[in-house]
Amino acid sequence: MQYVDNIVFVAVLALAILWFSKQVGKIRRNINLGRDIDRTDNKSARWQTMLRVAFGQSKMQARPIPGILHFIVYAGFILINIEVLEIVLDGVLGTHRLFAEPLGGLYDVVINFFEILAVLVITACVVFLIRRNVIKVPRFTKPEMKGWATRDGNNILYIEIILMLALLTMNATEANFEHAVAGPFLISQYLAPIFSGMSQDTLHIVERFAWWFHIIGILAFLNYLPISKHFHIILAFPNTWYSNLKAKGSFPNMEAVTKEVKMMLDPTADPFAAPSADDSGAAPERFGAKDVTDLNWVNLMNAYSCTECGRCTSECPANMTGKKLSPRKVMMDTRDRLEEVGKNIDLNGEFKDDGKSLLDDYISREELWACTSCNACVQACPVNIDPLSIIVQMRNFLVMEESAAPQELNLMMTNVENNGAPWQFAQADRLNWKDEA
Amino acid sequence: MKVPTMAEMMAAGQKPEVLFWVGCAGSFDDRAKKITRAFVQLLNKAGVSFAVLGTEESCTGDPAKRAGNEFLFQMQAMMNIEVLNGYEVQSIVTTCPHCFNTLKNEYPELGGKYEVMHHTQFLKKLLNDGRLKVEGGSYKGKRITFHDPCYLGRANDEYEAPREVLSKLEADLSEMKSCKQRGLCCGAGGAQMFKEAEKGDKEVNIERTEQALETQPDVIATGCPFCNTMMTDGVKIKEQSTKVKVYDVAELLADAQA
Ligand code: SF4
Ligand code: SF4
Repeated sequence: MQYVDNIVFVAVLALAILWFSKQVGKIRRNINLGRDIDRTDNKSARWQTMLRVAFGQSKMQARPIPGILHFIVYAGFILINIEVLEIVLDGVLGTHRLFAEPLGGLYDVVINFFEILAVLVITACVVFLIRRNVIKVPRFTKPEMKGWATRDGNNILYIEIILMLALLTMNATEANFEHAVAGPFLISQYLAPIFSGMSQDTLHIVERFAWWFHIIGILAFLNYLPISKHFHIILAFPNTWYSNLKAKGSFPNMEAVTKEVKMMLDPTADPFAAPSADDSGAAPERFGAKDVTDLNWVNLMNAYSCTECGRCTSECPANMTGKKLSPRKVMMDTRDRLEEVGKNIDLNGEFKDDGKSLLDDYISREELWACTSCNACVQACPVNIDPLSIIVQMRNFLVMEESAAPQELNLMMTNVENNGAPWQFAQADRLNWKDEA
Repeated sequence: MKVPTMAEMMAAGQKPEVLFWVGCAGSFDDRAKKITRAFVQLLNKAGVSFAVLGTEESCTGDPAKRAGNEFLFQMQAMMNIEVLNGYEVQSIVTTCPHCFNTLKNEYPELGGKYEVMHHTQFLKKLLNDGRLKVEGGSYKGKRITFHDPCYLGRANDEYEAPREVLSKLEADLSEMKSCKQRGLCCGAGGAQMFKEAEKGDKEVNIERTEQALETQPDVIATGCPFCNTMMTDGVKIKEQSTKVKVYDVAELLADAQA
């Protein structure tokens, strides 16, 4: 009987990890539904970008108040997780505060440090909750935040507060133990009196409860990540590593088009020649993107990395002036549609046409045409997401596959084609400015 | 005004130091043509040997690409590259950030590899090399605010060159609340210049003009013919045209030449 706790613990731990891996596996598969793109060049710059943007959170600091608060939660969580290591080992081995004895006095110092962090994390989370629900910072109240997105944001903050409180409770009960192995502690000593009237037996039960609550809470939270915007705590790292290192203004040139254009401009080429063997399969099924599977896998990873913070949208000139376009919505739609496609595959073994697509069912043409390609969203994103890339690929589809550009743009393009300028001026007049005025 | 073409230069057995890529706006738009001429004036003043393609120049394809027409873009690009490579062009300067971005970033892969500069970068170099000087001019002490073109700033991380040129005018440079990395678009990019905006509650150029006007400027400085149009329109709609002028950096510098 004495091993029941250990066995239950190991079973819970294994289940949690298994379930989590299964969910991550699905996300991985979904991301890999995207088209290929090579983002493995210049590795040293990639590591640097990841260190700076993900570890160092450099882009968060463009807005100092949430930037600093977020850094506290982030650092707090990473460091406090060192304690989770002890908790897991205790659980597996059936020990109690395994590190207390070997670390001696240092143990109290470390736990005190964690306690300070815990209080800071709680404070930051409370401020975040106030910003979202009381002050109602505009970027958290945009239309795409209705429903689950708002609940998700709040859930995460509540969970973090509760987990931190469980940690403090564990310490506060410990402080009342006759044979306390650690403490009293900087913060929890003030909570200790709450439990001081209890018998030793009750104390131990409360302590055990807080302990189990804390670890099960963490494992549950782990399994909440894959359905939440909080998944960014994992994907922020690969997402920044694989981010675009080229100048933001540099849009990729479509290779399939290059081939065709070269052939058209080459007077010696035989337009009726059969495609050579190495050509087959090289051309994409369609130009541009109609659905999520037409996007590249980095676009799809972007969607799962989005924290729904709305920094992109709040800097978007189109959104700022009341247009429907919201780069955050573009990312959320991409994720939602990809999830839908993923579930479809889970259900049918392979994707069965559901008559839906990212275009029109999720993202409207009106949104796509409102973009000025200004890159403000890309610049603003704290995890280097590129909503503009998706917008442009969807425009590619509209124009190249459906010839469905707005009329004025068609006119512009006809002019470029015929006169080499977007307006109706003759190329022969291109130098007239020289003799005017 | 003295504007040699590549063809003329080639016929005379000469090779210019730099090709001035004028761009469609710079060639055809009445307001932008003034910027083109101001820049040529500066080039001549500094004794730069330059040439233009003239009637051999064609749209870089930027608006087509941003609108989503990759096919048309690459057609334009390949044709231009053929002309440029035919003249063995090595370095290009342009007064349009859209041409700048396209030539610099999107042409190399298609076979067009050149050193490409925005005119503010080129002017900065001319000033630093002592080939151009600021002599007089009426901008000393005037309040100037610079509007970052998206395709020069965020798209290519160039924020300092235009500001450095402006600082030489000894003007009082003030920044808008959104500037540099966080500069707000004028509303023209991504082929928006050529269409009506989608339904909203405001025009982007009005929003940006309001930000500019908040700095109480005498001059709103630009580095892009499209931004220039958008800001000029914005100032007009805000009925500030008599008080606030919109000029390209090149025009301001040309004005400060004795
Ligand atoms: S690039 Fe498009 S979506 Fe992104 S901020 Fe600019 S206008 Fe908005
Ligand atoms: S794309 Fe980036 S900036 Fe926009 S909401 Fe997502 S994480 Fe935030």
